[in-house]
Amino acid sequence: MTPKPKHSTTGTTAESADISSSVDSTAAHLMVAHLTVADLKSSKSRKNRQKAVHAGLALAAMVSVAVSGFIVWSLISEAWTFIVEVEWSQIFNIGWFPRRGIYDVSTLLTATLITTAIAMLIATPLGLGAAIYLSEYARSSTRAFIKPILEILAGIPSVVLGFFALYWVAPEVIGRISDNSTGSLAAAGVGVGILTIPLIASISEDAMTAVPSSLREASTGLGSRKTATTLRIVLPAAISGIVASLIVAVSRAIGETMVVFLAGGAGDTALFTSSPTDSGLTMTAAMASLASGTDNVVGEGLTVQSLYFVGLLLFVFTLLLNLVANRFVSRIQEKY
Amino acid sequence: MNPEARNSNNLVFCAQDLNVYYGEFHALRDVCLDILPNEITAFIGPSGCGKTTLLRCFNRMNDLIPIARVTGSIEYMGVNLYDPGVDAVEVRRRIGMVFQKPNPFPKSIYDNVAYGPRITGMAKRKPALDEIVEISLRKAALFDEVKDRLKNSAMGLSGGQQQRLCIARAIAVNPDVLLMDEPCSALDPIATTRIEELMNELKDDYTIVIVTHNMQQAARISNKTAFFSVDVNLETDTRTGTLIEFGDTEEIFSTPKDSRTENYVTGRFG
Ligand SMILES: Nc1ncnc2c1ncn2[C@@H]1O[C@H](COP(=O)(O)OP(=O)(O)OP(=O)(O)O)[C@@H](O)[C@H]1O
Ligand SMILES: [Mg+2]
Repeated sequence: MTPKPKHSTTGTTAESADISSSVDSTAAHLMVAHLTVADLKSSKSRKNRQKAVHAGLALAAMVSVAVSGFIVWSLISEAWTFIVEVEWSQIFNIGWFPRRGIYDVSTLLTATLITTAIAMLIATPLGLGAAIYLSEYARSSTRAFIKPILEILAGIPSVVLGFFALYWVAPEVIGRISDNSTGSLAAAGVGVGILTIPLIASISEDAMTAVPSSLREASTGLGSRKTATTLRIVLPAAISGIVASLIVAVSRAIGETMVVFLAGGAGDTALFTSSPTDSGLTMTAAMASLASGTDNVVGEGLTVQSLYFVGLLLFVFTLLLNLVANRFVSRIQEKY
Repeated sequence: MNPEARNSNNLVFCAQDLNVYYGEFHALRDVCLDILPNEITAFIGPSGCGKTTLLRCFNRMNDLIPIARVTGSIEYMGVNLYDPGVDAVEVRRRIGMVFQKPNPFPKSIYDNVAYGPRITGMAKRKPALDEIVEISLRKAALFDEVKDRLKNSAMGLSGGQQQRLCIARAIAVNPDVLLMDEPCSALDPIATTRIEELMNELKDDYTIVIVTHNMQQAARISNKTAFFSVDVNLETDTRTGTLIEFGDTEEIFSTPKDSRTENYVTGRFG
């Protein structure tokens, strides 16, 4: 309830409104009588300041565009060198051994696929569950308690999660279901999954809270229970935001580097594997491990260029995913 | 009104000493009201006097508002709706509601009407659902306008059509009571007339409670009228809704007992 001023009755408010409007109109008359063009002109210094601000902001935008353009260009040109000069038999080989000239990209792609799939298997139910709980079930006090915790989770540096995956998930979880307890694609996937939970949770929760409560009321008024209202009304109405959250999460999982680098269990080479409990190299981990030993990289045939090639692949994947996600997000606004 | 004199056997609703609070705010005070079967009861009164609030008590919609608190009792067919053992979902399956603002689901016209029958398990097979959808849309005087585009989104309908769709959706689950919160406020006079005719037809099968700001409408269609007003306490600066007068519609409009009722129904607000 908005507190009302004590003495305001309809009579006095009407009166004061009358008075103020008449004051306004006399003031307006006076102004019109004395107005000249000079009154409406803005000062020179203000104009110059406006121009400077405009130019500064334009420069900032130009610099970002130029930097992005340069990066993409160098990515493409180096990758192109790789594509032209590589021996294609080495692209389909036993694994990823760039210093020996063996560049089986499918090793990296499969590893990325495995970690991403495991991450999504973990993050989708947990993230969506958390989002549904927060938006539909939690009382506002519970919400106020849980939301900050999710934000803390989102703020954990990925290197910390990488260590967690390597020193806890690998021996305690993966080590129990397989004989590899020293880092594996599965351990890395779990780590990436934990990383993406808050992402899915927060974007989907936003989409769900954006569903008008009048729809929940309509459903409840028809004798629907909370589960039915959530599953049949809220989730379908929020579906584009939910799908967007999943796409963003996939894109993040593909691009995540530190966790898979630390917990993947491979050094800078890997044999092809499709088993999650094996150690393996994802695209990002392969790039990180190559780049971390700069001295070794330089001069070793196409090693540097292979790095750019993998980078270009990554860039194209995430770009496509982000484009799709953007389309879904913009559909949220079109609904109700 | 003397509670002893009531014969609660043939009452649909019997509200006793009903008070509603939103947090600290006392929205509605000491309402006692009977609603008879197969009648149309109209709630009238100035904005903010608690008509919607009271209406939402009748099917426990106020449960959705965490800060809302209801004291007193409402008996529905002899059962206190606010008894701890009563499941609000069961209540709402018997007591349908049409809201002040049209709120169709962002689904097809067909799916909007079929929603209730589907979730309540009334009808699962397509032929049965088709029939319910058509009958409900016909009852709501909407079928002819939408019969060729049942699969189109309900969001593409006009405001008035949306409101009639909401009525169709509410009657599709075949409730005993229909609570209607200003169902015609978004409608043109023609659609309004249709809804009024509809209510007159529905009266044979349902009990209807309608909130309206349209005095002529209340006079035209209702059997009973309840006039609510706001008690302004200048000392404590509180505004509480109260039931001023309740009786046969003719009486309320021709020979009201309370001067506030008279002023309101004759258009002199005080
Ligand atoms: N969810 C809510 N939380 C807090 N206060 C509320 C809530 N809903 C209604 N109120 C208050 O309760 C009072 C009665 O509101 P209500 O909606 O029942 O009025 P009404 O008679 O239906 O008015 P109108 O004719 O404008 O629809 C108002 O003062 C309103 O501000
Ligand atoms: Mg209202």
